[in-house]
Amino acid sequence: MLRSRVIPCLLVHDGGLVKTEKFSSAKYVGDPLNAVRIFNEKKVDELVVLDIDATVAGRGPDLDLVAKLTKECRMPLCFGGGVSTVEDGLNIVSLGVEKVALSHAAISNPGIITDMAAAIGSQSVVVIVDVKKTGLLGRYSIVTHNGQTKWPVELSEYVSRLENLGAGEVVVNSVDRDGTMSGYDMKLIDQVREATSLPLTALGGAASLDDIRALVERHRIIGAAAGSLFVFKGPYKAVLISYQNLG
Amino acid sequence: MIGVVNYGSGNVAAISHVLYQAREPFLLVDTPGQFAECERVILPGVGHFDTTMTMLEQSGLVNALLKTVAEGKPFLGICVGMQILGRGSDEGVKSGLGLIEADTVRIDSTRLANKPYTPHLGWNSVTLKSHALFADVNAASGFYFLHSYHMACDHQENVLATTEYGDTLVCAVQQGNVYGVQFHPEKSHDNGVSVLTNFCKMPC
Repeated sequence: MLRSRVIPCLLVHDGGLVKTEKFSSAKYVGDPLNAVRIFNEKKVDELVVLDIDATVAGRGPDLDLVAKLTKECRMPLCFGGGVSTVEDGLNIVSLGVEKVALSHAAISNPGIITDMAAAIGSQSVVVIVDVKKTGLLGRYSIVTHNGQTKWPVELSEYVSRLENLGAGEVVVNSVDRDGTMSGYDMKLIDQVREATSLPLTALGGAASLDDIRALVERHRIIGAAAGSLFVFKGPYKAVLISYQNLG
Repeated sequence: MIGVVNYGSGNVAAISHVLYQAREPFLLVDTPGQFAECERVILPGVGHFDTTMTMLEQSGLVNALLKTVAEGKPFLGICVGMQILGRGSDEGVKSGLGLIEADTVRIDSTRLANKPYTPHLGWNSVTLKSHALFADVNAASGFYFLHSYHMACDHQENVLATTEYGDTLVCAVQQGNVYGVQFHPEKSHDNGVSVLTNFCKMPC
């Protein structure tokens, strides 16, 4: 039977592994390649690595970083950050990455999802949706550029279009829960699950394996991604790369 | 010496790394003449069926590859590398290599009780026929899958392994000396390493 995936999500900033809180205050955590090596030993289900500088800096994907990651990475890998052209996707996949993540490019130029799928196969096209509560009513808004830019498109409406555009997976990332270890935003995840039949991965807020279990119990098959949970230990957030899946 | 066909498909590097760590001597095959140095061949493949077939055709390796298969050397196609061993795929318009009597068809979402539907993504358990390719493989932990299309064989005797996803999907095939696996052994930790090293050790 297909199992839910438990997925560490690593953020890279200035070449180093960082952890953010609500998409800011990036705290240096260590060397991304070292983290990958540790995750290899722990037989991690899948890994997501995101370069959080690329889009803001207006540049394409860091292929040097990708090459270093793929040399080490023995588990399925999804890479994102600055991907905006089909050539970017082809370059990344040819280095040995299973999936390419689009975030800003997907919402600013949805046709890229279709073109990317035609080139690398839709199973390899992941759309990341960063969501933040905005306004007096705290509505869910889609944001990009590390939470700085808000998009005037309704969340469910956007997510519902992704499958037909050619995406293979959706990652819903809660800016408000990011780094807070206050639990997944179940209401947000429910809403996104409702809007698409694509494989879904939730990110933002996981504090414990119990949070992951609760997510999986609710949705049966889902990707449970987490950053802080696998990178910090204890109330003072000491850096410790760790991992546990549901077995 | 194992030949890994190097025609531009993404999973060459990951496959090579597993072989390197397992101390299995291998050669990246980019020219037709190199097949002669290999006693067995692995054909990687990821992405879109048509793109993969096009890249293989453009590599100039198809004739030498087919000749190698005809010589009886063990041959293993991985993921889309398995799908292109068949006649063709619903995903595209190009013909496959026609080495396995099978077609590749879209996974039927209507057979899945709950979301998500396709692609078949993640770790799934498998049912294995008893075969040297699967020695030491834990069927319950299975392998990593990432695909929206699956192979449908004409003959049940060519099916070597299956996995449950709505329907029973074929996930490994054999026709003579030609083998194929739908899952990603290069990214399936211990089970994947076992499959790759077992292939390397199978008698020629």
